[in-house]
Amino acid sequence: MSHIAERFASLQDRRRTALIPFVTAGDPHPSTTVPLMHAMVAAGADLIELGVPFSDPIADGPVIQRATERALARGVSLANVLSIVRAFRAQDPNTPVVLMGYLNPIEVMGYERFAVAAQAAGVDGALVVDIPPEEGAELVAALRRRGLDLAYLLAPTSTPERIRRIGEVASGFVYYVAVKGVTGAGHLDLGAVAARVSAIKSAISLPVGVGFGIKDVTTAAQVAAVADAVIVGSAIVSRIEALEQSPEAIPGAIAEFLVDLRTAIDAVDAA
Amino acid sequence: MGTAPAILPNPPPLWEPGQVYHWPDAHGHFGPYGGLFVPETLMHPLAELRAAYEHYLGDPEFQAELDADLQDYVGRPSPIYQAQRWSRDLDGAQVYLKREDLNHTGAHKINNTIGQALLARRMGKTRIIAETGAGQHGVASATVAARLGLECVVYMGEVDVARQEANVYRMRLLGARVVSVKSGSRTLKDALNEAMRDWVTNVDDTFYIIGTVAGPHPYPAMVRDFQAVIGRESRAQMLARTGCLPDALVACVGGGSNAIGLFYPFIADEQVAMYGIEAAGEGLATGRHAAPLNAGRPGVLHGNRTYLMEDANGQIIETHSISAGLDYPGVGPEHAWLKDTGRAYYDAITDAEALAAFHTLIRTEGIIPALESSHALAYAAKLAPTMRRDQSILVNLSGRGDKDMHTVSTLEGLVL
Repeated sequence: MSHIAERFASLQDRRRTALIPFVTAGDPHPSTTVPLMHAMVAAGADLIELGVPFSDPIADGPVIQRATERALARGVSLANVLSIVRAFRAQDPNTPVVLMGYLNPIEVMGYERFAVAAQAAGVDGALVVDIPPEEGAELVAALRRRGLDLAYLLAPTSTPERIRRIGEVASGFVYYVAVKGVTGAGHLDLGAVAARVSAIKSAISLPVGVGFGIKDVTTAAQVAAVADAVIVGSAIVSRIEALEQSPEAIPGAIAEFLVDLRTAIDAVDAA
Repeated sequence: MGTAPAILPNPPPLWEPGQVYHWPDAHGHFGPYGGLFVPETLMHPLAELRAAYEHYLGDPEFQAELDADLQDYVGRPSPIYQAQRWSRDLDGAQVYLKREDLNHTGAHKINNTIGQALLARRMGKTRIIAETGAGQHGVASATVAARLGLECVVYMGEVDVARQEANVYRMRLLGARVVSVKSGSRTLKDALNEAMRDWVTNVDDTFYIIGTVAGPHPYPAMVRDFQAVIGRESRAQMLARTGCLPDALVACVGGGSNAIGLFYPFIADEQVAMYGIEAAGEGLATGRHAAPLNAGRPGVLHGNRTYLMEDANGQIIETHSISAGLDYPGVGPEHAWLKDTGRAYYDAITDAEALAAFHTLIRTEGIIPALESSHALAYAAKLAPTMRRDQSILVNLSGRGDKDMHTVSTLEGLVL
């Protein structure tokens, strides 16, 4: 069983909905990220999604685009992101880390080389936004050989046939994109999300995380009632952006926000 | 670059003579290139687009409407013009020009926007979006949107908005909303990113008209098929005019839609050499260029695998060309495949060489070419003297240079 699968199984035993924060690696500075990751775990994060900066992030809204630009301005590469994970692992052997990003940096590094380096650094899985199952067979195979999961997105536009197919190739978890749009976009329609998540859960056996559009504690709690994991990205990244000039305050401020999210989700889990 | 070009390139490494050209395959691949590299939200809409496109491709009523529009609205067929004075000066092959510059809106772009807009209407979409660099595709999209009564939003990098004021005004006159894109390098690639983000968000009622033979499947094949009218006409016109096919085709390549439109109907004619010309900017050695086929390497961007301008970490790097229409870090995946197979040959022309050809054509033939097309002209000027007088070169004069008056006059120290 993979690290991610074990974590979800243990959460399920404890009837706990996972809280998965997303941050862009190296934003606003490469030295910020490792302390931030530890602070997030202490505040109740069950897995961490670490964004790999890419120059052309077509699925991201303005908040994560700017985070990407800040990281790229510091020269943060995929190799640097792996170093960040390695440094994090020195103190935290348990919390699963999933890299989230776009294909080209992995393509340039080479699938096999990436899989080897990611495993060595302590990465547990990847979510590559722009590689659908139709194009993903080689990457899936390279990651599987190293025991790494490849999570996939599902969208409001995914047909039942696509949901089944993605359920067959994805591992770790699937990530349901709650709104048609980019990260940090509009307001999600909770009724529609609940119906879709329930349809996905009846079609496939993997845990279902929900993200895109979870802006606050209230929405997080509502989503926790229907999903296996609540994924929060832009709401965290915009708080990081606000503290760009005082980076030492970032871990504390984000931890405070995660504690609020965790408390609200726990209340739903206990109900 | 540098050495005089040969009329026929080195033996094609992968090309099997006499093969039936069947690309893309069922998954949108041209060899290892092309494909469908997009977020999940777009996968089903792209499948719908593909189904609609494949249906209407064989629908006589759709084709009749498209043909009528190409004739009465665009002004097709565009003529073939023999550049006699220029050919005499070059003292080699006869140079013919395919006059896409005479089309409505001044370039080949409208061939494709008409096709896609008719498709959008049949699919029940009420809103079209487009990306633009120099503004030619934006103008062509705004034009067909005005004619069909569709809402139109055009994404354009902030840098391009500033350097192409006249086209921005044309689009606004036509009723389009021009959105100035401030992310990334604020040029064409970022406009494309922003158009993709709009499409993901408004996918139910919106049709994305991509302006070149790039993007996810089926765009590279669909745009090629709409632009192939250029090559079909050219083939018939050259046969009627000279009794034989041209010995060489020359076209500029940014994304590569005018080049593929010319090349595609000639692919099986293996005696016809095909030259795609990228922008060498300030020179390939300087790194300031837009020539991924000549100086880039394969990667994945904007929905397809192709040659890209990228750094060692896979980040897309900024490009440079005097012509905004060639200022793009990728290239259509079919060109990548034609390069690897050796069926087409790709070279590059610098800003200075293009500018010289721009002036030469104006003074010898009284035709003001677009700066994009001037790259093809500059290459033809190198190629012709290496060929016999009874041979011929057909250059795709893909657009007219009216839009470039400001750029050229500024370069030459004049203020209009």
